[in-house]
Amino acid sequence: MTAIHLGMPAFPAFPAFPAFPAAAGKAVADPVLRANLRRATHTIRDKRARAVAELADWAELRAAGKAVKDHTLRHLDRYLLELEASVTAAGGTVHWAADAEEANRIVTELVLATGEREVVKVKSMATQEIGLNEALEAAGIAAYETDLAELIVQLGHDRPSHILVPAIHLGRAEIREVFAEEMGGWGRPAPEGLGDDPRELAEAARLHLREKFLRAKVAVSGANFMVAETGTMVVFESEGNGRMCLTLPETLISVVGIEKVIPTFRDLEIFLQTLPRSSTAERMNPYTTMWTGLGPSKGAEGDGPTAFHLVLLDNGRTDTLADEVGRQALRCIRCSACLNVCPVYERAGGHAYGSVYPGPIGAILSPQLRGTGSEIDASLPYASTLCGACYEVCPVAIDIPEVLVHLRERVAQGGPVTREGIRVRIRPAHGHAAERAAMRAARLLLNHDDWPVALRAGERLLARARRLRPRRLPGPGRAWTDSRELPELPAQPFRDWWAARDREGRA
Amino acid sequence: MRVALFVTCVNDALHPRTGIAVVRLLERLGVGVDFPAAQSCCGQPQYNTGYRREAEPLVRRTAEAFAGYEYVVTPSGSCAAMIRGHYLRIGHAAEAEGRGGALAGLAEDLVPRVYELTEFLVDVLGVTDVGAYFPHTVTYHPSCHGLRALGLGERPARLLAAVRGLELRELPGAEECCGFGGTFAVKNPDVSAAMGADKIAAAAATGAEVLCGADNSCLLHLDGILRREGAPLRALHLAEILASTEAEPLR
Repeated sequence: MTAIHLGMPAFPAFPAFPAFPAAAGKAVADPVLRANLRRATHTIRDKRARAVAELADWAELRAAGKAVKDHTLRHLDRYLLELEASVTAAGGTVHWAADAEEANRIVTELVLATGEREVVKVKSMATQEIGLNEALEAAGIAAYETDLAELIVQLGHDRPSHILVPAIHLGRAEIREVFAEEMGGWGRPAPEGLGDDPRELAEAARLHLREKFLRAKVAVSGANFMVAETGTMVVFESEGNGRMCLTLPETLISVVGIEKVIPTFRDLEIFLQTLPRSSTAERMNPYTTMWTGLGPSKGAEGDGPTAFHLVLLDNGRTDTLADEVGRQALRCIRCSACLNVCPVYERAGGHAYGSVYPGPIGAILSPQLRGTGSEIDASLPYASTLCGACYEVCPVAIDIPEVLVHLRERVAQGGPVTREGIRVRIRPAHGHAAERAAMRAARLLLNHDDWPVALRAGERLLARARRLRPRRLPGPGRAWTDSRELPELPAQPFRDWWAARDREGRA
Repeated sequence: MRVALFVTCVNDALHPRTGIAVVRLLERLGVGVDFPAAQSCCGQPQYNTGYRREAEPLVRRTAEAFAGYEYVVTPSGSCAAMIRGHYLRIGHAAEAEGRGGALAGLAEDLVPRVYELTEFLVDVLGVTDVGAYFPHTVTYHPSCHGLRALGLGERPARLLAAVRGLELRELPGAEECCGFGGTFAVKNPDVSAAMGADKIAAAAATGAEVLCGADNSCLLHLDGILRREGAPLRALHLAEILASTEAEPLR
């Protein structure tokens, strides 16, 4: 646990969201969505596997990435203070935000102080997590997303459904429709007679965004990494929109989760190899932009902003760090490899996870950052078959199944958690009483000395019920029989066959 | 050599044929089999659903039932993975919370003696040709826990490839989960059934007669979908195929 406590968790990003099974059920029933997701995830996972196979030392890189992240998290207080000193020395200003509300207030005040009412944004998970766009809008500030997929989601009044490809759930016909209908309301309208060819769509976005880049005086970004020793912020991206936002505007405000710090510039060497291959299956991401405060000229000349603010965001991270099993989720470098291999994500879609962090990593991150109090957060640890594909591909070796089971325990049985820096004991989530009773009954039966007798009695009972040939069971059993047949019942349990054979053998 | 068979609760109650096949197979290979009757369930359903404390007495029961055996063989990758991957942690946690004295020691003693069936055949007995005969086309689904948690690798495929008369067909997307996932099958029934249906479709497209696996819990789910859909495939545990011989062919 760090020496500094930085804050309390945010309120759920998507309030009143239904539990995962209900939301996922809707997605499963949508054949277009399923086809979009299947095509996209399978393409990227196959490419990723090829890109990773090219590196003979992948296992060592994975171990090194894990080690760097673990080391930094263990000494997070020290590295954050070092980072603050480096950023300040380079001409930047560091702000500490305990939660979403504080971060949003800091950014809003910084923008208002410039006299501007518009900002351009680099794709950022942290600002989505805190709902920054909505907070800015409430203060009369328009925030324009410049990442192509983020632009599509924003124009469509939609929600992102993937960490790397926020509009993965949409096909190009749907994107064409969004552009044609909505672009005019935000700036330059889409060209007349816009078709759904990817090149045409990209060109429409390019023309629309160019006006934003050239006019913007303020930009808001996140960062993939922050280097403590130099105060350098690093953004990996594919389109160059980020580079435009990071160099053209006069004021740059970066909102970054405290877990994104790494000790030295040299540590980047690992992630420059593992992040692009894991996320986009590229050997190197097309744009790596780094900025260190305002540089020697203090921004007076050349490219780059003349004012730089770094907002360090806690929002539940310090509390997550206090959990010995769950803290490994903070190693995440947001590559989304786990989403692309997850068979549950592939069918359920990103929206079902009720958070900006969907998929396996979202299933362990959201219930830690937000707590397990809401229906959706209590259901997320169960949104997995524990198949382990996510752990296998994770470039920083987060044992996602291990954390899922750990969080299931918290939901089902309650237990100790840290909230706002204080160790508290939480009660089991609602709705688990019947399940707990069933688990206890099963344990009593299975652990009883008369278990073989009970087994035979159970089989006889089932065999009798079986004669009625029910295709649908009542209660929780219905979830099985709605889509599957019940197993054929054997004439006798294995142990009876064994006992009979034993008797014959002795006879 | 004598081994203890951990048949598992699912096989004991619902798939006795798998246990019988393991006994016949091992005895044919010259291995004596014991069945410690005190065994029941490894505790995986409780543990994986979040009821660690409810799993503790089952961990103890399992460890005690198999005390003293050099080899404990189980025809379930999932249950073997539960013991190997989680028993020690459960034992340590119980002791740290002031329950279950010496549970960690019991677990530590059991873990290295537990073998999934194909591990035992290939690694301990050193055989891949077990003298089986099964003149059918077969496709193999490597269940997640066997594939990833145990790292069974090529062992099942090598055993199948050595079966006389058997034609092995590659299953596209074999490493993808079938959607069973223990209580996942009833907690998220829509996603579970969709995953299972996709697995069945992939298996049927190979044209194989038999969908083979080494974990009856996954097969229970897949067989339920197979029979609901009326697909022309039969789900079979690997042990039954390996137990089949020309003298006593599997019907």
